[in-house]
Amino acid sequence: MENLSPWVLFFAAIFTGNILLTYFLGMCSFLSVSRQVKTALGLGLAVTFVLTITAAVNHIIYFHVLVPLGIEYLRYIVFIGVIAATVQFLEMFIERYSEVLYINLGIFLPLITVNCAILGVSLFMVIRQYTFIQSVVFGAGSGLGWLLAILAMAGIQERLNEKKIPPPLRGPGIALIITGIMAMAFIGFSGMVQIQ
Amino acid sequence: MAAPGIRDIIREDLWKNNPVTVQVLGICSTLAVTNLLLNTLIMGLGLTFVTAFSALTVSLLRNVIPPRVRMIVQTLIISSYVVVVDITLKAYVPDISKALGPYVGLIITNCIIMGRLEAFSSSNKPVPALMDGVMSGIGYSWVLLVIAFFREILGFGTVIGIPVMDPLMKAMGSSEGWIQWSFMIMAPGGFFMLAVFIWVANTLSAKKVTHSQ
Repeated sequence: MENLSPWVLFFAAIFTGNILLTYFLGMCSFLSVSRQVKTALGLGLAVTFVLTITAAVNHIIYFHVLVPLGIEYLRYIVFIGVIAATVQFLEMFIERYSEVLYINLGIFLPLITVNCAILGVSLFMVIRQYTFIQSVVFGAGSGLGWLLAILAMAGIQERLNEKKIPPPLRGPGIALIITGIMAMAFIGFSGMVQIQ
Repeated sequence: MAAPGIRDIIREDLWKNNPVTVQVLGICSTLAVTNLLLNTLIMGLGLTFVTAFSALTVSLLRNVIPPRVRMIVQTLIISSYVVVVDITLKAYVPDISKALGPYVGLIITNCIIMGRLEAFSSSNKPVPALMDGVMSGIGYSWVLLVIAFFREILGFGTVIGIPVMDPLMKAMGSSEGWIQWSFMIMAPGGFFMLAVFIWVANTLSAKKVTHSQ
């Protein structure tokens, strides 16, 4: 893991190892918020932002506090605490300094705490033993990959409204089939870069 | 809401209001491990344990937890049980624990648990809450087990690691045996299987409604 170039990791996180399409993370908000392109973009940006920050913070805490103290098993509690605190802090910060950003991103922030992708990235970072730079790049890449997936999904869903879909498949059913096709398309990228 | 009977809880959680097919919640942490039946089974057990005991704990503490910090307290309760599951798996089935990777930890962010705690445990007595927790866990696990069964048997030709399709094909006179659908093992297979399951489930419940009318 040590010698993996950050650029390779970045592109791999977006395309070949897309956090949503290959690891199934962040499905809940993906299925419920992918109705309109605009909201999807807002949520995607918020996720990318929080992912990058929490990956960095959790990396420092895990490798410089938990590991030296030998209490790695507490990482779940610590990570989820860091994520909740980051989201809360970010919300206050944005509210104070940028009204425009708050109106556009603010409503999505509470949703993010329970977005599995955020915790997932921190846990992957621990399992794969990423360095600090790698973690930040991996966080940002995963966020952008998620953004890409939800944007594409929202675009398709907007068009889907007028189409005739068999009633039992309406809603989540058809959304999952589309996601499956998107995941197949993304497998096509796997020749480009490979990470484990 | 009057105190719901045990039978209602069972019916609601297992079929009528099944968390996966009806609400499509919390599939993130578990869909990923549905390419092998055994992994799914372990994951389902872990999840049921966490759901049941956090429901019981929240219900016992429901008059003590201040409403303002409710969410944080609930998350902490869930995380503590997940730590228990994680350590237990590591100690007794290290191989599976390794295969499940980050997904055990991701039980924390499983929306179903939080959803049940919010909707049921925080306003009900401990026994029904425990019951509801167990049943939501089972209602969730059985759907994933069905998906895992099909993914494993088509993808690897096995059921819990025992070759099934290969002998079957040979018995039917095929010389090549079972050709694995490697597509089923990969991520898209998971998405498609879940979509098909929801399709079938919705068709069945739609039929029931028209029959009873």
